[in-house]
Amino acid sequence: MMTIYENQATDTGERNPAVALGEINAEKLSIRLGTGASEFEAVQAVDFNIKPGEFVCLLGPSGCGKSTLLGALAGHIIPASGVLEVDGQAISGPSPEHGMVFQHHTLFPWLNVVDNVAFGLKMRGVDKAERHAQALTMLQQVGLQDVATRWPSQLSGGMQQRVEIARVLINKPRLLLMDEPFGALDAQTRLKMQQLLLDIWGRIRTTLVFVTHDIDEALFLADRILVMSPRPGRFIENLPVTFARPRTTELVTTPEFMQLKRHCLDLLNHEEGRQLPRLSPLGLPPETRITV
Amino acid sequence: MASFKKTNALTARFTTASMQLGSVAACVLLWHFASTLRIDLGVITFSNVPTPQAVISAIWQLLQSNALLPHLGSSLARVFSGYTAAAIVGVALGLVIGRSRKAENWLMPPLELLRPIPAVAWIPLAILMFPSSEASMIFITFTGALFPILLNTIHGVEAVDPRLIASSRSLGASPRAILREVVLPGALPSIFTGLSIGMGTSWFCLVTAEMISGQWGIGYYTWSSYVIQNYADIVVGMLLIGLLGMGSSWLIKRIGDWLTPWYRLQGKS
Repeated sequence: MMTIYENQATDTGERNPAVALGEINAEKLSIRLGTGASEFEAVQAVDFNIKPGEFVCLLGPSGCGKSTLLGALAGHIIPASGVLEVDGQAISGPSPEHGMVFQHHTLFPWLNVVDNVAFGLKMRGVDKAERHAQALTMLQQVGLQDVATRWPSQLSGGMQQRVEIARVLINKPRLLLMDEPFGALDAQTRLKMQQLLLDIWGRIRTTLVFVTHDIDEALFLADRILVMSPRPGRFIENLPVTFARPRTTELVTTPEFMQLKRHCLDLLNHEEGRQLPRLSPLGLPPETRITV
Repeated sequence: MASFKKTNALTARFTTASMQLGSVAACVLLWHFASTLRIDLGVITFSNVPTPQAVISAIWQLLQSNALLPHLGSSLARVFSGYTAAAIVGVALGLVIGRSRKAENWLMPPLELLRPIPAVAWIPLAILMFPSSEASMIFITFTGALFPILLNTIHGVEAVDPRLIASSRSLGASPRAILREVVLPGALPSIFTGLSIGMGTSWFCLVTAEMISGQWGIGYYTWSSYVIQNYADIVVGMLLIGLLGMGSSWLIKRIGDWLTPWYRLQGKS
Protein backbone atom coordinates (compact mmCIF):
# COMPACT_ATOMS: atom_id res chain seq x y z
CA MET A 1 0.00 0.00 0.00
CA MET A 2 1.34 3.39 -0.95
CA THR A 3 0.58 6.12 1.50
CA ILE A 4 -0.75 9.51 0.48
CA TYR A 5 2.65 10.97 1.24
CA GLU A 6 4.41 8.72 -1.24
CA ASN A 7 1.74 9.44 -3.84
CA GLN A 8 2.29 13.14 -3.48
CA ALA A 9 6.02 12.76 -3.85
CA THR A 10 5.74 10.85 -7.11
CA ASP A 11 2.90 12.96 -8.50
CA THR A 12 4.62 16.30 -8.27
CA GLY A 13 8.16 15.06 -8.48
CA GLU A 14 9.43 18.11 -6.64
CA ARG A 15 8.26 17.31 -3.13
CA ASN A 16 10.80 15.78 -0.85
CA PRO A 17 9.11 13.12 1.31
CA ALA A 18 11.67 13.75 4.06
CA VAL A 19 10.29 17.25 4.60
CA ALA A 20 7.42 17.17 7.10
CA LEU A 21 4.09 18.15 5.56
CA GLY A 22 1.17 20.10 6.92
CA GLU A 23 2.45 23.67 7.11
CA ILE A 24 -0.30 26.29 7.08
CA ASN A 25 0.33 29.80 5.88
CA ALA A 26 -2.25 32.61 5.93
CA GLU A 27 -1.71 36.22 4.88
CA LYS A 28 -4.30 38.98 5.11
CA LEU A 29 -6.98 36.28 5.11
CA SER A 30 -10.55 37.58 5.15
CA ILE A 31 -13.72 35.51 5.12
CA ARG A 32 -17.16 36.97 4.52
CA LEU A 33 -20.40 35.21 5.38
CA GLY A 34 -23.99 35.95 4.37
CA THR A 35 -25.30 37.76 1.32
CA GLY A 36 -26.51 41.26 0.55
CA ALA A 37 -27.27 43.51 3.50
CA SER A 38 -26.67 40.75 6.05
CA GLU A 39 -23.16 40.06 4.76
CA PHE A 40 -20.45 40.46 7.37
CA GLU A 41 -16.75 39.85 7.81
CA ALA A 42 -16.40 36.75 10.00
CA VAL A 43 -12.60 36.75 9.77
CA GLN A 44 -10.71 39.96 9.05
CA ALA A 45 -7.24 40.16 7.51
CA VAL A 46 -5.53 37.59 9.75
CA ASP A 47 -1.93 36.49 9.33
CA PHE A 48 -0.63 33.29 10.83
CA ASN A 49 1.69 30.38 10.25
CA ILE A 50 1.36 26.90 11.69
CA LYS A 51 4.33 24.55 11.55
CA PRO A 52 4.10 20.91 10.42
CA GLY A 53 3.08 18.69 13.34
CA GLU A 54 2.14 21.61 15.57
CA PHE A 55 -0.91 21.47 17.87
CA VAL A 56 -2.67 24.83 17.71
CA CYS A 57 -5.88 25.78 19.50
CA LEU A 58 -8.13 28.53 18.20
CA LEU A 59 -9.66 29.95 21.38
CA GLY A 60 -12.44 32.49 21.49
CA PRO A 61 -16.04 33.17 22.45
CA SER A 62 -19.03 31.91 20.49
CA GLY A 63 -19.36 33.51 17.08
CA CYS A 64 -15.82 34.91 16.94
CA GLY A 65 -15.11 33.27 13.59
CA LYS A 66 -12.87 30.44 14.79
CA SER A 67 -15.13 27.75 13.31
CA THR A 68 -15.38 29.77 10.10
CA LEU A 69 -11.61 29.86 9.88
CA LEU A 70 -11.52 26.10 10.44
CA GLY A 71 -14.13 25.65 7.69
CA ALA A 72 -11.87 27.55 5.32
CA LEU A 73 -8.93 25.28 6.25
CA ALA A 74 -11.15 22.27 5.55
CA GLY A 75 -12.09 23.76 2.17
CA HIS A 76 -15.80 24.07 2.93
CA ILE A 77 -15.74 27.89 2.94
CA ILE A 78 -14.03 29.99 0.26
CA PRO A 79 -12.16 33.03 1.64
CA ALA A 80 -13.07 36.47 0.30
CA SER A 81 -9.46 37.63 0.01
CA GLY A 82 -5.92 36.96 1.11
CA VAL A 83 -3.73 33.88 1.03
CA LEU A 84 -4.51 30.52 2.65
CA GLU A 85 -2.04 27.81 1.77
CA VAL A 86 -1.08 24.35 2.95
CA ASP A 87 2.47 23.41 2.01
CA GLY A 88 2.55 26.28 -0.46
CA GLN A 89 -0.62 25.31 -2.30
CA ALA A 90 -3.87 27.27 -2.03
CA ILE A 91 -6.76 25.29 -0.52
CA SER A 92 -9.15 24.60 -3.38
CA GLY A 93 -11.87 22.53 -1.70
CA PRO A 94 -12.55 19.69 0.74
CA SER A 95 -9.92 16.97 0.63
CA PRO A 96 -9.02 13.84 2.59
CA GLU A 97 -5.71 15.60 3.34
CA HIS A 98 -7.58 18.12 5.48
CA GLY A 99 -9.54 15.84 7.80
CA MET A 100 -12.37 17.47 9.70
CA VAL A 101 -14.08 16.42 12.95
CA PHE A 102 -17.30 18.24 13.84
CA GLN A 103 -18.79 18.94 17.28
CA HIS A 104 -21.50 16.35 16.62
CA HIS A 105 -20.39 13.22 14.84
CA THR A 106 -21.12 12.85 11.13
CA LEU A 107 -20.83 9.06 10.94
CA PHE A 108 -23.06 7.53 8.28
CA PRO A 109 -25.92 5.83 10.14
CA TRP A 110 -26.29 3.18 7.38
CA LEU A 111 -22.69 1.94 7.71
CA ASN A 112 -21.40 -0.02 10.66
CA VAL A 113 -18.38 1.26 12.56
CA VAL A 114 -15.70 -0.48 10.50
CA ASP A 115 -17.27 0.54 7.18
CA ASN A 116 -17.51 4.12 8.41
CA VAL A 117 -13.80 4.14 9.24
CA ALA A 118 -12.99 2.49 5.89
CA PHE A 119 -15.03 5.04 3.90
CA GLY A 120 -12.04 7.16 2.82
CA LEU A 121 -10.18 4.06 1.60
CA LYS A 122 -13.26 2.97 -0.36
CA MET A 123 -13.29 6.35 -2.08
CA ARG A 124 -9.69 5.73 -3.10
CA GLY A 125 -10.60 2.34 -4.58
CA VAL A 126 -8.90 0.15 -1.96
CA ASP A 127 -10.38 -3.37 -2.04
CA LYS A 128 -12.64 -4.54 0.73
CA ALA A 129 -10.32 -6.94 2.59
CA GLU A 130 -7.48 -4.42 2.65
CA ARG A 131 -9.60 -1.50 3.80
CA HIS A 132 -11.23 -3.56 6.55
CA ALA A 133 -7.83 -4.64 7.81
CA GLN A 134 -6.60 -1.04 7.89
CA ALA A 135 -9.83 0.18 9.50
CA LEU A 136 -9.52 -2.41 12.27
CA THR A 137 -5.94 -1.33 12.96
CA MET A 138 -7.12 2.27 13.14
CA LEU A 139 -9.99 1.30 15.48
CA GLN A 140 -7.44 -0.40 17.69
CA GLN A 141 -5.55 2.90 17.94
CA VAL A 142 -8.66 4.56 19.40
CA GLY A 143 -9.46 1.49 21.53
CA LEU A 144 -12.65 0.50 19.73
CA GLN A 145 -11.82 -2.74 17.91
CA ASP A 146 -14.58 -4.51 19.87
CA VAL A 147 -17.44 -2.44 18.44
CA ALA A 148 -16.44 -2.76 14.77
CA THR A 149 -19.71 -4.35 13.69
CA ARG A 150 -22.05 -2.06 15.64
CA TRP A 151 -24.14 0.72 14.12
CA PRO A 152 -23.03 4.27 15.07
CA SER A 153 -26.34 4.86 16.87
CA GLN A 154 -25.47 2.05 19.28
CA LEU A 155 -22.37 3.89 20.57
CA SER A 156 -21.98 6.51 23.28
CA GLY A 157 -21.13 10.11 22.33
CA GLY A 158 -17.46 9.63 23.24
CA MET A 159 -17.19 6.43 21.21
CA GLN A 160 -18.82 8.10 18.23
CA GLN A 161 -16.20 10.86 18.28
CA ARG A 162 -13.41 8.27 18.55
CA VAL A 163 -14.77 6.51 15.47
CA GLU A 164 -14.97 9.88 13.74
CA ILE A 165 -11.31 10.58 14.57
CA ALA A 166 -10.30 7.11 13.31
CA ARG A 167 -12.24 7.69 10.07
CA VAL A 168 -10.37 10.93 9.45
CA LEU A 169 -6.93 9.61 10.45
CA ILE A 170 -7.12 6.58 8.16
CA ASN A 171 -6.64 9.02 5.26
CA LYS A 172 -3.29 10.09 6.77
CA PRO A 173 -4.25 13.76 6.58
CA ARG A 174 -1.70 16.57 6.62
CA LEU A 175 -4.13 18.56 8.74
CA LEU A 176 -6.48 17.32 11.43
CA LEU A 177 -9.12 20.00 11.96
CA MET A 178 -11.39 19.70 14.99
CA ASP A 179 -14.37 21.94 15.70
CA GLU A 180 -15.14 21.72 19.44
CA PRO A 181 -15.10 17.93 19.07
CA PHE A 182 -15.64 17.24 22.76
CA GLY A 183 -18.01 20.14 23.42
CA ALA A 184 -21.09 17.93 23.58
CA LEU A 185 -19.56 15.34 25.94
CA ASP A 186 -19.83 15.17 29.73
CA ALA A 187 -16.85 16.41 31.76
CA GLN A 188 -15.52 12.95 32.61
CA THR A 189 -15.63 11.68 29.01
CA ARG A 190 -14.21 14.93 27.74
CA LEU A 191 -11.14 14.57 29.96
CA LYS A 192 -10.57 11.01 28.73
CA MET A 193 -10.97 12.11 25.13
CA GLN A 194 -8.44 14.92 25.56
CA GLN A 195 -5.89 12.45 26.88
CA LEU A 196 -6.67 9.98 24.11
CA LEU A 197 -6.24 12.72 21.52
CA LEU A 198 -2.83 13.71 22.93
CA ASP A 199 -1.88 10.04 22.95
CA ILE A 200 -2.88 9.56 19.30
CA TRP A 201 -1.28 12.82 18.22
CA GLY A 202 1.92 11.69 19.95
CA ARG A 203 1.97 8.64 17.66
CA ILE A 204 0.60 10.17 14.46
CA ARG A 205 2.23 13.58 14.21
CA THR A 206 -0.10 15.53 12.03
CA THR A 207 -0.72 19.26 12.16
CA LEU A 208 -3.67 19.73 14.49
CA VAL A 209 -5.92 22.78 14.56
CA PHE A 210 -8.41 22.53 17.40
CA VAL A 211 -11.26 25.00 17.90
CA THR A 212 -12.57 25.48 21.43
CA HIS A 213 -14.06 28.07 23.75
CA ASP A 214 -12.83 26.15 26.80
CA ILE A 215 -9.66 27.74 28.21
CA ASP A 216 -8.68 24.64 30.22
CA GLU A 217 -8.99 22.45 27.18
CA ALA A 218 -6.88 24.79 25.03
CA LEU A 219 -4.14 25.09 27.67
CA PHE A 220 -4.07 21.35 28.33
CA LEU A 221 -3.81 20.36 24.67
CA ALA A 222 -2.00 23.00 22.65
CA ASP A 223 1.57 23.91 21.74
CA ARG A 224 0.22 27.35 20.96
CA ILE A 225 -3.06 29.18 21.38
CA LEU A 226 -4.38 31.75 18.94
CA VAL A 227 -6.92 33.83 20.87
CA MET A 228 -9.66 35.32 18.71
CA SER A 229 -12.10 38.18 19.27
CA PRO A 230 -15.34 38.53 17.35
CA ARG A 231 -16.88 40.82 14.69
CA PRO A 232 -14.65 41.21 12.94
CA GLY A 233 -12.80 38.00 13.81
CA ARG A 234 -9.13 38.68 14.40
CA PHE A 235 -6.34 37.38 16.61
CA ILE A 236 -5.74 39.28 19.82
CA GLU A 237 -2.95 37.05 21.16
CA ASN A 238 -0.49 34.43 20.00
CA LEU A 239 0.20 32.45 23.15
CA PRO A 240 2.85 29.71 23.27
CA VAL A 241 2.07 26.91 25.76
CA THR A 242 5.35 25.34 26.77
CA PHE A 243 4.24 22.76 29.36
CA ALA A 244 6.26 19.58 29.01
CA ARG A 245 4.76 16.56 27.25
CA PRO A 246 3.41 14.00 27.90
CA ARG A 247 0.88 16.01 29.88
CA THR A 248 -1.27 14.58 32.64
CA THR A 249 -4.31 15.90 34.47
CA GLU A 250 -2.11 17.12 37.35
CA LEU A 251 -0.98 19.88 35.04
CA VAL A 252 -4.26 21.75 35.32
CA THR A 253 -3.75 22.44 39.03
CA THR A 254 -0.18 23.82 38.77
CA PRO A 255 0.43 27.55 39.44
CA GLU A 256 1.88 28.02 35.94
CA PHE A 257 -1.31 26.64 34.41
CA MET A 258 -3.45 28.86 36.66
CA GLN A 259 -1.43 31.91 35.69
CA LEU A 260 -1.91 31.29 31.97
CA LYS A 261 -5.58 30.58 32.56
CA ARG A 262 -6.03 33.92 34.32
CA HIS A 263 -4.30 35.64 31.44
CA CYS A 264 -6.68 33.98 28.95
CA LEU A 265 -9.70 34.86 31.09
CA ASP A 266 -8.61 38.51 31.09
CA LEU A 267 -8.30 38.44 27.32
CA LEU A 268 -11.74 36.92 26.85
CA ASN A 269 -13.41 39.05 29.54
CA HIS A 270 -12.72 42.02 27.29
CA GLU A 271 -15.37 40.66 25.02
CA GLU A 272 -17.97 39.97 27.67
CA GLY A 273 -21.54 41.06 27.09
CA ARG A 274 -21.40 40.44 23.36
CA GLN A 275 -23.37 37.24 22.83
CA LEU A 276 -23.13 36.21 19.20
CA PRO A 277 -24.74 33.22 17.49
CA ARG A 278 -22.49 30.22 16.99
CA LEU A 279 -21.01 30.03 13.47
CA SER A 280 -20.57 26.76 11.63
CA PRO A 281 -17.56 25.51 9.66
CA LEU A 282 -19.98 24.99 6.77
CA GLY A 283 -20.84 28.69 6.56
CA LEU A 284 -24.40 29.92 6.98
CA PRO A 285 -27.33 27.51 6.54
CA PRO A 286 -28.58 28.64 3.06
CA GLU A 287 -25.13 28.03 1.59
CA THR A 288 -25.00 24.44 2.71
CA ARG A 289 -27.15 23.23 -0.17
CA ILE A 290 -24.60 21.70 -2.47
CA THR A 291 -25.63 21.31 -6.09
CA VAL A 292 -24.68 18.35 -8.27
CA MET B 1 -37.07 -17.89 33.79
CA ALA B 2 -36.27 -17.92 30.08
CA SER B 3 -39.22 -20.16 29.26
CA PHE B 4 -41.43 -17.93 31.35
CA LYS B 5 -40.33 -14.94 29.23
CA LYS B 6 -40.98 -16.93 26.08
CA THR B 7 -44.48 -17.85 27.19
CA ASN B 8 -45.11 -14.23 28.02
CA ALA B 9 -44.01 -13.13 24.54
CA LEU B 10 -46.21 -15.81 22.97
CA THR B 11 -49.20 -14.69 25.00
CA ALA B 12 -48.59 -11.10 23.98
CA ARG B 13 -48.43 -12.11 20.31
CA PHE B 14 -51.59 -14.16 20.68
CA THR B 15 -53.38 -11.21 22.29
CA THR B 16 -52.31 -8.87 19.48
CA ALA B 17 -53.36 -11.35 16.79
CA SER B 18 -56.72 -12.04 18.41
CA MET B 19 -57.39 -8.30 18.73
CA GLN B 20 -56.61 -7.75 15.05
CA LEU B 21 -58.72 -10.70 13.94
CA GLY B 22 -61.48 -9.66 16.32
CA SER B 23 -61.65 -6.19 14.77
CA VAL B 24 -62.05 -7.70 11.27
CA ALA B 25 -64.68 -10.15 12.61
CA ALA B 26 -66.58 -7.26 14.22
CA CYS B 27 -66.67 -5.43 10.87
CA VAL B 28 -68.00 -8.53 9.10
CA LEU B 29 -70.61 -8.99 11.83
CA LEU B 30 -71.76 -5.37 11.50
CA TRP B 31 -71.96 -5.85 7.73
CA HIS B 32 -73.91 -9.05 8.24
CA PHE B 33 -76.56 -7.43 10.47
CA ALA B 34 -76.79 -4.26 8.42
CA SER B 35 -77.34 -6.17 5.19
CA THR B 36 -79.61 -8.99 6.46
CA LEU B 37 -81.80 -6.61 8.49
CA ARG B 38 -81.83 -4.19 5.50
CA ILE B 39 -81.14 -1.25 7.79
CA ASP B 40 -82.25 2.06 6.30
CA LEU B 41 -80.95 5.17 8.05
CA GLY B 42 -82.18 7.67 5.46
CA VAL B 43 -78.80 9.12 4.43
CA ILE B 44 -77.40 5.61 4.05
CA THR B 45 -79.25 2.42 3.31
CA PHE B 46 -78.10 -1.17 3.42
CA SER B 47 -81.22 -2.59 1.75
CA ASN B 48 -79.42 -3.27 -1.56
CA VAL B 49 -76.04 -4.26 -0.09
CA PRO B 50 -75.18 -7.94 -0.67
CA THR B 51 -74.87 -10.00 2.49
CA PRO B 52 -71.60 -11.69 3.55
CA GLN B 53 -73.21 -15.06 2.71
CA ALA B 54 -73.96 -13.87 -0.83
CA VAL B 55 -70.38 -12.65 -1.20
CA ILE B 56 -68.99 -15.94 0.08
CA SER B 57 -71.01 -17.90 -2.43
CA ALA B 58 -69.86 -15.49 -5.15
CA ILE B 59 -66.27 -16.17 -4.11
CA TRP B 60 -67.00 -19.89 -4.29
CA GLN B 61 -68.39 -19.51 -7.79
CA LEU B 62 -65.39 -17.47 -8.91
CA LEU B 63 -63.04 -20.11 -7.54
CA GLN B 64 -64.86 -22.85 -9.45
CA SER B 65 -65.14 -20.96 -12.73
CA ASN B 66 -61.39 -21.10 -13.53
CA ALA B 67 -61.58 -17.38 -14.20
CA LEU B 68 -59.78 -16.29 -11.04
CA LEU B 69 -56.25 -17.05 -12.17
CA PRO B 70 -56.43 -15.20 -15.52
CA HIS B 71 -58.06 -12.25 -13.71
CA LEU B 72 -55.35 -12.23 -11.06
CA GLY B 73 -52.56 -12.81 -13.57
CA SER B 74 -53.59 -9.93 -15.84
CA SER B 75 -53.98 -7.52 -12.94
CA LEU B 76 -50.72 -8.51 -11.28
CA ALA B 77 -48.84 -8.11 -14.58
CA ARG B 78 -50.33 -4.64 -15.15
CA VAL B 79 -49.73 -3.39 -11.62
CA PHE B 80 -46.24 -4.85 -11.58
CA SER B 81 -45.28 -3.23 -14.91
CA GLY B 82 -46.80 0.16 -14.09
CA TYR B 83 -45.39 0.13 -10.58
CA THR B 84 -41.87 -0.87 -11.66
CA ALA B 85 -41.81 1.90 -14.26
CA ALA B 86 -43.07 4.37 -11.64
CA ALA B 87 -40.44 3.23 -9.14
CA ILE B 88 -37.60 3.72 -11.64
CA VAL B 89 -38.85 7.08 -12.93
CA GLY B 90 -39.95 8.32 -9.50
CA VAL B 91 -36.69 7.51 -7.70
CA ALA B 92 -34.49 8.79 -10.55
CA LEU B 93 -36.41 12.06 -10.93
CA GLY B 94 -36.64 12.44 -7.16
CA LEU B 95 -32.86 12.12 -6.75
CA VAL B 96 -32.21 14.73 -9.46
CA ILE B 97 -34.87 17.16 -8.22
CA GLY B 98 -33.83 16.73 -4.59
CA ARG B 99 -30.20 17.44 -5.37
CA SER B 100 -30.40 20.27 -7.87
CA ARG B 101 -32.34 23.50 -7.59
CA LYS B 102 -32.12 23.93 -11.37
CA ALA B 103 -33.75 20.55 -11.96
CA GLU B 104 -36.38 21.43 -9.36
CA ASN B 105 -37.21 24.68 -11.16
CA TRP B 106 -37.42 22.95 -14.54
CA LEU B 107 -39.24 19.78 -13.59
CA MET B 108 -41.49 20.52 -10.64
CA PRO B 109 -44.03 22.96 -12.25
CA PRO B 110 -45.31 20.48 -14.86
CA LEU B 111 -45.22 17.62 -12.36
CA GLU B 112 -47.20 19.63 -9.80
CA LEU B 113 -49.71 20.40 -12.55
CA LEU B 114 -50.11 16.73 -13.46
CA ARG B 115 -50.22 15.46 -9.89
CA PRO B 116 -53.85 16.31 -8.96
CA ILE B 117 -55.25 14.79 -12.18
CA PRO B 118 -57.17 11.64 -11.21
CA ALA B 119 -56.51 8.36 -12.99
CA VAL B 120 -59.98 8.30 -14.53
CA ALA B 121 -59.29 11.59 -16.33
CA TRP B 122 -56.29 10.02 -18.03
CA ILE B 123 -58.33 7.31 -19.76
CA PRO B 124 -59.16 9.13 -23.03
CA LEU B 125 -55.63 10.48 -23.44
CA ALA B 126 -54.11 7.13 -22.52
CA ILE B 127 -56.18 5.46 -25.24
CA LEU B 128 -55.08 8.12 -27.73
CA MET B 129 -51.40 7.96 -26.74
CA PHE B 130 -50.86 4.23 -26.53
CA PRO B 131 -51.55 1.91 -29.45
CA SER B 132 -52.41 -1.07 -27.24
CA SER B 133 -55.01 -1.01 -24.46
CA GLU B 134 -52.57 -3.02 -22.35
CA ALA B 135 -50.06 -0.16 -22.47
CA SER B 136 -52.80 2.37 -21.60
CA MET B 137 -53.76 0.33 -18.53
CA ILE B 138 -50.13 0.04 -17.43
CA PHE B 139 -49.76 3.79 -17.91
CA ILE B 140 -52.71 4.48 -15.61
CA THR B 141 -51.34 2.30 -12.79
CA PHE B 142 -48.02 4.10 -13.43
CA THR B 143 -49.58 7.53 -12.83
CA GLY B 144 -51.06 6.23 -9.58
CA ALA B 145 -47.73 5.05 -8.18
CA LEU B 146 -45.47 7.78 -9.58
CA PHE B 147 -46.29 10.75 -7.35
CA PRO B 148 -46.04 9.18 -3.89
CA ILE B 149 -42.70 7.64 -4.91
CA LEU B 150 -41.43 10.89 -6.46
CA LEU B 151 -42.44 13.16 -3.59
CA ASN B 152 -41.12 10.87 -0.88
CA THR B 153 -37.81 10.50 -2.73
CA ILE B 154 -37.46 14.29 -3.05
CA HIS B 155 -38.29 14.69 0.62
CA GLY B 156 -35.78 12.00 1.59
CA VAL B 157 -32.99 13.53 -0.50
CA GLU B 158 -33.61 17.03 0.83
CA ALA B 159 -33.64 15.74 4.40
CA VAL B 160 -30.12 14.24 4.13
CA ASP B 161 -27.97 16.06 6.70
CA PRO B 162 -25.74 18.55 4.79
CA ARG B 163 -23.01 17.83 7.35
CA LEU B 164 -22.89 14.22 6.17
CA ILE B 165 -22.41 15.43 2.59
CA ALA B 166 -19.71 17.90 3.66
CA SER B 167 -18.05 15.14 5.65
CA SER B 168 -18.06 12.72 2.72
CA ARG B 169 -16.45 15.38 0.52
CA SER B 170 -13.76 15.80 3.16
CA LEU B 171 -13.22 12.04 3.02
CA GLY B 172 -12.61 12.19 -0.73
CA ALA B 173 -16.03 11.36 -2.20
CA SER B 174 -16.63 12.53 -5.77
CA PRO B 175 -20.05 14.00 -6.71
CA ARG B 176 -21.10 10.61 -8.08
CA ALA B 177 -19.90 8.82 -4.97
CA ILE B 178 -21.80 11.33 -2.80
CA LEU B 179 -24.98 10.45 -4.68
CA ARG B 180 -24.38 6.70 -4.47
CA GLU B 181 -22.85 6.41 -1.00
CA VAL B 182 -24.52 9.22 0.95
CA VAL B 183 -27.62 10.68 -0.68
CA LEU B 184 -29.16 7.39 -1.82
CA PRO B 185 -28.74 5.46 1.47
CA GLY B 186 -29.69 8.58 3.43
CA ALA B 187 -32.93 8.90 1.47
CA LEU B 188 -33.64 5.16 1.40
CA PRO B 189 -36.05 5.00 4.37
CA SER B 190 -38.13 7.78 2.85
CA ILE B 191 -37.91 6.20 -0.63
CA PHE B 192 -39.34 2.98 0.80
CA THR B 193 -42.16 4.87 2.47
CA GLY B 194 -42.98 6.23 -1.00
CA LEU B 195 -42.62 2.80 -2.61
CA SER B 196 -44.98 1.30 -0.06
CA ILE B 197 -47.62 4.04 -0.47
CA GLY B 198 -47.15 3.92 -4.26
CA MET B 199 -47.85 0.20 -4.24
CA GLY B 200 -51.21 0.90 -2.60
CA THR B 201 -52.13 3.73 -4.98
CA SER B 202 -51.15 1.61 -7.95
CA TRP B 203 -53.81 -0.96 -6.96
CA PHE B 204 -56.10 1.95 -6.21
CA CYS B 205 -56.00 2.93 -9.90
CA LEU B 206 -56.53 -0.63 -11.13
CA VAL B 207 -60.32 -0.50 -11.50
CA THR B 208 -60.00 2.75 -13.43
CA ALA B 209 -57.30 1.27 -15.64
CA GLU B 210 -59.22 -1.92 -16.34
CA MET B 211 -62.40 -0.07 -17.29
CA ILE B 212 -60.91 -0.26 -20.80
CA SER B 213 -59.93 -3.90 -20.50
CA GLY B 214 -61.68 -6.31 -22.85
CA GLN B 215 -61.92 -9.43 -20.76
CA TRP B 216 -59.52 -9.99 -17.84
CA GLY B 217 -58.39 -8.34 -14.63
CA ILE B 218 -59.75 -7.93 -11.08
CA GLY B 219 -60.57 -4.31 -11.83
CA TYR B 220 -62.38 -5.34 -15.01
CA TYR B 221 -64.23 -8.04 -13.07
CA THR B 222 -65.35 -5.47 -10.48
CA TRP B 223 -66.34 -2.87 -13.08
CA SER B 224 -68.23 -5.32 -15.30
CA SER B 225 -70.07 -6.74 -12.26
CA TYR B 226 -71.31 -3.22 -11.62
CA VAL B 227 -72.35 -2.80 -15.24
CA ILE B 228 -74.37 -6.05 -15.16
CA GLN B 229 -75.63 -5.29 -11.62
CA ASN B 230 -74.04 -8.34 -10.07
CA TYR B 231 -73.60 -6.75 -6.67
CA ALA B 232 -72.07 -9.66 -4.76
CA ASP B 233 -69.30 -9.91 -7.37
CA ILE B 234 -68.50 -6.21 -6.94
CA VAL B 235 -67.75 -6.82 -3.29
CA VAL B 236 -65.62 -9.85 -4.21
CA GLY B 237 -63.60 -7.66 -6.57
CA MET B 238 -63.26 -4.95 -3.96
CA LEU B 239 -62.08 -7.42 -1.35
CA LEU B 240 -59.55 -8.96 -3.75
CA ILE B 241 -58.09 -5.55 -4.63
CA GLY B 242 -57.91 -4.62 -0.96
CA LEU B 243 -56.23 -7.86 -0.07
CA LEU B 244 -53.68 -7.71 -2.92
CA GLY B 245 -52.94 -4.04 -2.28
CA MET B 246 -52.42 -4.64 1.41
CA GLY B 247 -50.28 -7.72 0.80
CA SER B 248 -48.00 -6.08 -1.74
CA SER B 249 -47.58 -2.91 0.35
CA TRP B 250 -46.64 -5.11 3.28
CA LEU B 251 -44.12 -6.93 1.10
CA ILE B 252 -42.50 -3.66 0.01
CA LYS B 253 -42.34 -2.50 3.61
CA ARG B 254 -40.63 -5.73 4.66
CA ILE B 255 -38.09 -5.39 1.84
CA GLY B 256 -37.52 -1.81 3.01
CA ASP B 257 -36.97 -2.91 6.62
CA TRP B 258 -34.56 -5.56 5.44
CA LEU B 259 -32.56 -3.07 3.34
CA THR B 260 -32.44 -0.38 6.04
CA PRO B 261 -31.61 -2.28 9.24
CA TRP B 262 -30.00 0.79 10.83
CA TYR B 263 -33.19 2.80 10.52
CA ARG B 264 -35.31 0.98 13.08
CA LEU B 265 -32.52 1.36 15.65
CA GLN B 266 -32.48 5.13 15.27
CA GLY B 267 -36.09 5.35 16.30
CA LYS B 268 -38.03 6.92 13.40
CA SER B 269 -36.61 10.39 13.23
